[in-house]
Amino acid sequence: MRRIAVLLSVLAFALVSAPWPGASAAEEVNLYSYREPALIKPILDEFTRQTAIKVNSVYVDKGMLERLKAEGTNSPADAVLTVDVGRLEDMAEAGVLQPIKSAAIDRNIPAQYRHPDGLWVGLTTRARVFLVSKDRVKPGEIATYADLANPKLKGRICTRSGKHDYNVSLIAAMIDRHGEAAAKQWLSGVKANLARKPQGSDRSQAKAIVEGVCDVALLNTYYVGHMATNEKEPEQKSWVNSASIVFPDQAGRGAHVNISGAALTKSARNKAQAIRLVEFLSEDFAQKLYAELNFEFPVKPGAALHPLVASWGLFKADAPGLLGVAKHRAAASRLVDETGFDGAPGGS
Amino acid sequence: MIRSGVVNETGRRARYNLWTLGTLLVAAFVAAPVLSVLVLATAPSGDIWRHLSSTVLPHYIETTLLLMAGVGAGTLVIGVGAAWVVTMCRFPGSRLFEWALLLPLAVPAYVIAYVYTDLLEYAGPVQGALREMFGWRNRRDYWFPEIRSLGGAVAMMTLVLYPYVYVVSRAAFLEQSVCVLEASRTLGKNAWQSFFHVALPLARPAIVIGVSLALMETLNDFGTVDYFAVKTFTAGIFDVWLNMSSTAGAAQLAAVMLAFVLAIIGLERWARRGRRFHATSTRYSALPSYRLTGLRALGAVLLCALPVAFGFLVPAGLLLAYAARHYEDSLNGPFLSYLANSLALSSSSAAIAVAVGLFLAYGVRLSKAAFVRAVARFASVGYALPGAVLAVGVMIPLAALDNAIDAAFRSAFGISTGLLLSGTTVAITIGYIARFLALSFGTVEASLTKITPSMDGAARTLGLGPAATLARVHLPMMRGSVLSAAILVFVDGMKELPMTMLLRPFNFDTLATYVHQFASREHFEEAAVGALAIVVAGMLPVILLSATIRQSRPGHAIPPPIAAPARALDLS
Repeated sequence: MRRIAVLLSVLAFALVSAPWPGASAAEEVNLYSYREPALIKPILDEFTRQTAIKVNSVYVDKGMLERLKAEGTNSPADAVLTVDVGRLEDMAEAGVLQPIKSAAIDRNIPAQYRHPDGLWVGLTTRARVFLVSKDRVKPGEIATYADLANPKLKGRICTRSGKHDYNVSLIAAMIDRHGEAAAKQWLSGVKANLARKPQGSDRSQAKAIVEGVCDVALLNTYYVGHMATNEKEPEQKSWVNSASIVFPDQAGRGAHVNISGAALTKSARNKAQAIRLVEFLSEDFAQKLYAELNFEFPVKPGAALHPLVASWGLFKADAPGLLGVAKHRAAASRLVDETGFDGAPGGS
Repeated sequence: MIRSGVVNETGRRARYNLWTLGTLLVAAFVAAPVLSVLVLATAPSGDIWRHLSSTVLPHYIETTLLLMAGVGAGTLVIGVGAAWVVTMCRFPGSRLFEWALLLPLAVPAYVIAYVYTDLLEYAGPVQGALREMFGWRNRRDYWFPEIRSLGGAVAMMTLVLYPYVYVVSRAAFLEQSVCVLEASRTLGKNAWQSFFHVALPLARPAIVIGVSLALMETLNDFGTVDYFAVKTFTAGIFDVWLNMSSTAGAAQLAAVMLAFVLAIIGLERWARRGRRFHATSTRYSALPSYRLTGLRALGAVLLCALPVAFGFLVPAGLLLAYAARHYEDSLNGPFLSYLANSLALSSSSAAIAVAVGLFLAYGVRLSKAAFVRAVARFASVGYALPGAVLAVGVMIPLAALDNAIDAAFRSAFGISTGLLLSGTTVAITIGYIARFLALSFGTVEASLTKITPSMDGAARTLGLGPAATLARVHLPMMRGSVLSAAILVFVDGMKELPMTMLLRPFNFDTLATYVHQFASREHFEEAAVGALAIVVAGMLPVILLSATIRQSRPGHAIPPPIAAPARALDLS
């Protein structure tokens, strides 16, 4: 017991004497990030190199909003980086953000990728597209999201869980475009066409095409980029080489896109530095790097694309639909329940 | 600690009250996160319940119950069976299995799920080899069990959770008096009958704790069921919270899950009301070792070898192979600091959780009040909640406290203290204790029930106060269980991911968050070095634990300095 007590006090001391966040005097900015460290570290390092502002970051996924709310005005966070417009809108509605006022950002980023009051700023987009088997799908055979529900594709579609952010986002976009009743009918139709119970990740769907499980898969564009360039697990290259990308709805509202974005917290103490960071992220250099690292599309017009991403060609993106996507997320999630989308395939 | 003093009537009552008060205070502190989740649940959640009950709720419940039944049965059979044969029998490798059976404890459930998916899915080496061997061309040519399924989830969780049952059952079998077994054999029962009619019922409190720990861990898991697309109640909590943006709805689902857990625990307690589990004799002769031969030996070897092979050797082997390919990317300066962070957090949490667990279990024993027992048990129920949900429960009261202190300092001295504890390693430690108290409290409480109250009476008659009785009489008899508790918390701390992610400070990583960085981008092979480090760091104390448990049998001189013949406990 005594030994345990000694050990305990030593450790307690070590913990208490650990450095506190935000204790140093140099210029810095504190970041809560939903984006994985490996994706943003090179960009943040470059920001620090150019501005001498140190970036302290913590990767937080589930519960970031609850953390900001609990910490309140004393929260050490100055800015957040996150993906999914729904998450940004949740934060805006919860009142933990403040508007970013910056002429540079307004100049760099088209208005449709910014919150109307400047509460968040989109930085990159990703499109939800079809990956189709080169052998088994004829060109033009599937061109729209509506086609996914066409009975001619019965037993030929693969996707991950309908409850995953990316699918909830797509279903929300369909609600926004066609109304809830039509979207529900569409989702039932897609379910009837599934080759297997929704499972795995976006990558697993590409793999399923190679395995012959299905002919058409729903994927976010950057996964295709990651697989096509995967030197560590080169078998993934073959998964995408036997398939091609189709950008849906090019004659209509365009491919469904979602964004990654940044926002300024209401509690920000390093406000100027935080705005400087978001400005940096909106400029050509970071836009190019940000988009390249994760094969996303920069939102700043004219920013360079990764050559592979550029090879997919230009496409029409449904940027005006972003706010609608955020608004219909809860309804979309309910449709997944109501149609039994995640259950065994078939029905309708 | 409470000082022992002169024993007189009033002094004793005062001390009891102090213990009870202390027990209630500590329990309330640890229960705060669970309570704040319950407070969140009181907010309105719209028509979420109507939506859920008309759509997916029946399926969530069915899946969850099947998962619990499967994991419960699996861990019970493997855990108790293996504990019994290695404790009571000798067969080839039995000494090795004593500790090897604990090893799967060190493998996180999310890791084993990845590993077996890699091995057993269509494109994996197993199915590939089968196709090669039999000339099958595609999926339609043959049938193979789908790993991403309810059955797969049961198998994965059973493999890594049975050690909870094993460790407490083994401690219980070691702590039990052999006299009752001998009496049973003398009365004409055979070995199997003695096991089922005497040893098993006597070990019931411990086994129940083990199985309930395994089941609470099953309930709180999200990583595995999410990866396998198995829709459990927990999956529902996250869906309502994150996709439907309803914190209140999610908290209500969590509250229902907690009520279910408490009801099960209460039911089991009620079923064994009035029974006592302590040995009437304090004589402990050496445990007999039945030497097994032939088929029986083979059966025992298989019972022990299969869980170790599938729960540890296969996943650790595959991780090792990946790690060998990628170690140069991972083994660098920061990696060692992640290891140090993991070790510091897990060991400090283990020490504190055991101290708190011991204090609460003993407080419950002293007070004997049903109310105190209920409060202590409630404090440890956080283990059944998903980590991210419990972490939200930790953040809310902690940040409220920080903000209150800040406001007080601002108004009194005009200075801002900011957030003192939120977003620090202290917050993570508090989170670990709230989450893992079930492990330490449960293990210690089960061990205490095996000590006859006449022991307390004798010690008190001889002039020891409650604290001294605990330190000088009970603790030496419970050494094995106390250490088991510490190591269970330590190993779980090494694996802990969701609370660490949400509660941590800036620029702070542990091995588990490091592994998650890769795994979340599906770069699983690159995560192998970190995952392997978690496994190895968990292995070492597990081996130490086994050695200690073996020596912990009451009456065994520890370590035997002289061949002392005395077997009875020396109370002087």
